[in-house]
Amino acid sequence: MAHDHQDAATSGAYLIRGAAILGGAAEDLLIRDGIIAERGQDLAGTDAAEGATVIEAAGLVALPGMVDIHTHLREPGREDAETVETGTRAAALGGYTAVHAMANSNPVADTAGVVEQVHSLGRAAGWVDVRPVGAVTVGLAGEQLAELGAMADSRAEVRVFSDDGICVHDPVIMRRALEYVKAFDGVVAQHAQEPRLTAGAQMNEGDVSAVLGLTGWPAVAEESIIARDVLLAQHVGSRLHVCHVSTAGSVEIIRWAKARGINVTAEVTPHHLLLTDELVRSYDPVYKVNPPLRTDSDVQALRAALADGTIDVVGTDHAPHPSEHKECEWAQAAMGMTGLETALSVVQDTMIETGLMGWEDFARVTSTDPAAIGRVADQGRPLEAGEPANVTLVDPAARWTVDPSKMATMGRNSPFAGRELPGKVVATFFKGHPTVLNGELNTPYRHPAYRETTGPATAPAGGY
Amino acid sequence: MKHLLSTEDLSLSNAIRILDTAEEMSAVGDREVKKLPALRGRTVVNLFFEDSTRTRISFEAAAKRLSADVINFAAKGSSVSKGESLKDTAQTLAAMGADAVVIRHWASGAPHRLAATDWIDAAVINAGDGTHEHPTQALLDAFTMRRHWATLNGTSSAGADLRGMRVAIAGDVLHSRVARSNVWLLRTLGAEVTLVAPPTLLPIGVGQWPCSVSYNMDETLEKGVDAVMMLRVQGERMNASFFPTTREYSRRWGFDDNRLRTLDRLGLKDTIIMHPGPMNRGLEISSAAADSHRSTVLAQVRNGVSIRMAALYLLLSGDTREPAATPAAYSTNAAYSTKESH
Repeated sequence: MAHDHQDAATSGAYLIRGAAILGGAAEDLLIRDGIIAERGQDLAGTDAAEGATVIEAAGLVALPGMVDIHTHLREPGREDAETVETGTRAAALGGYTAVHAMANSNPVADTAGVVEQVHSLGRAAGWVDVRPVGAVTVGLAGEQLAELGAMADSRAEVRVFSDDGICVHDPVIMRRALEYVKAFDGVVAQHAQEPRLTAGAQMNEGDVSAVLGLTGWPAVAEESIIARDVLLAQHVGSRLHVCHVSTAGSVEIIRWAKARGINVTAEVTPHHLLLTDELVRSYDPVYKVNPPLRTDSDVQALRAALADGTIDVVGTDHAPHPSEHKECEWAQAAMGMTGLETALSVVQDTMIETGLMGWEDFARVTSTDPAAIGRVADQGRPLEAGEPANVTLVDPAARWTVDPSKMATMGRNSPFAGRELPGKVVATFFKGHPTVLNGELNTPYRHPAYRETTGPATAPAGGY
Repeated sequence: MKHLLSTEDLSLSNAIRILDTAEEMSAVGDREVKKLPALRGRTVVNLFFEDSTRTRISFEAAAKRLSADVINFAAKGSSVSKGESLKDTAQTLAAMGADAVVIRHWASGAPHRLAATDWIDAAVINAGDGTHEHPTQALLDAFTMRRHWATLNGTSSAGADLRGMRVAIAGDVLHSRVARSNVWLLRTLGAEVTLVAPPTLLPIGVGQWPCSVSYNMDETLEKGVDAVMMLRVQGERMNASFFPTTREYSRRWGFDDNRLRTLDRLGLKDTIIMHPGPMNRGLEISSAAADSHRSTVLAQVRNGVSIRMAALYLLLSGDTREPAATPAAYSTNAAYSTKESH
């Protein structure tokens, strides 16, 4: 860890006093040189804590830095919607220390060059680890595999591959992708949406769509793809991740697949844990998202599945859009919602305050397991001495009203606007450096220059 | 009333008020001088994002009979077709001082957007939005049915509802804004509605609607019906496998000459045949049915002007117009979140 690169004012040692570790007993954490140097009672006054900046954390919960498995940072191509800089500021404020940047940029992240660009932008920003996701197929067109191996071998070390936004619907292409990523321990993250069943789809197909006259997005379009994909993953012995599971039926299929020993993981978004298609009655496109908001029985099934481990992780599917893409007719509006700065609060609201989960479970679904799925080695680690100091401090007693105009993301499309939510991020430590202090952005971490020895010494010609 | 967006949320008293006012307005159409000064100096904009000459001229005639100034804004050939947004169009009309906007739009919910945002403060009348609603069509249908029902019962239309009337609505319910608006309004007015359609042309969720559903036209007729409303079938539905052929559709769900004779055989001498137009003669309705003494097609057109006069009058005239709601009350999430528990 090259902390001599840090400004004196923004680096150094921090003594977090009396935080409830994963919601348990209050202990101190001493952060120094990018790692958790010590964990224990009353570290103040010890030699090790000498000179450390003290952060009084009584009443706060210490968590491993959150890892988002599903983020849209929009750069390159749609810098009017979000940039790596603004999106990762939002991530830090939301308690994240790593995000997986989805591949549907322009150009698409389907080459080593683009994923390295996104990776470099993330390092330059310095707010979180930016882990680029590589496209499964060239241009997200679903026809020809992108150079998955080149992206895996690049400096971005891509392990998650997804055409998210579009389903890899061709069963042969999906089979080949699942088989191929085994060569470098990758995972295919599927956006499960049967395209023919969802042509022109605008919202969940059901009682509300019948009344509103909006074209329906039936649950079966998601469930049929998940059923096919878990069987393909079993057949070829590979690893499948299901993005943004939204229906009770999908939960049942994933539960069945896991019981059969199929190597599948699944994600749920915060908005699918809280909101229902009843909100669409307003025709306000802030509620337009893909997959769409479902019914209350789906919401309850998703919460139960996240609590019992059928669904492994929370992924935000943070999808900022410029306001003109939402200030229009429902059918014209873009799909997607922001989520990085509200995820912790929504999960606390829907999972912890309902008694379905504790903070240890929260750490599992927002940090440990997403880091494992993405093979992010130094994230999602226990809060123990010697571990990387990616730490989030949360005030679970705080209450705040969501105001999109005050967010760090450029997107103003938060479906939670005006709601009062519990839980506030007080501080985020990324590699031992406080990116967020007192609930406000501090300064970014400054990475050392690339160490040549860790780059691929035998980079393929033209690969970059 | 501030806007007329849907019949789903139209109260019985407001529905009756519109129907009764339309009765008064229809008398104007019988005069030599078909004009009232009620809306002199008020500006009504017909904002049409979708071609519909029939509906537009009906609203235009209604506004002119009330002495309003009428501006027709067709999206085709205007700045809208050059990419101007609904927001910019609405703000432009607001800046020009439109008092009412009659909007026809291919997108479901577009009139709600105009009403809920602060883009424009005018009264908004939904003249058909996507596959959602067409409230003035349902009101003119109800007006037509109410007159028929009152004549049969030897009573006056004024103040009456449609309790006891049996109405069959047949055809492409899935894509029909007319069917939706009629189902909600006829429920409010107390009629018994049966939807008759192939299963492919009924929305998932129709089971929650306040009506019965049948796949069989002949069974529906045999149970007895006082009005049969045939919906237009779009030719392009055939290519999307909603039904095998137009001939099969016509045989099973169309109102053909055989079914016209069936009404006589069943002794249903007072049953009327309705159609919102434009008709596909020979597909969902035969020429004999469309031109029979049972057909109310032209009466519906005539009544449309009266209903639209009533709607414009009630929304724009001083004593019934409600003050503009504050935009904030519509646009905050708090206002919507109350709906979540429904």
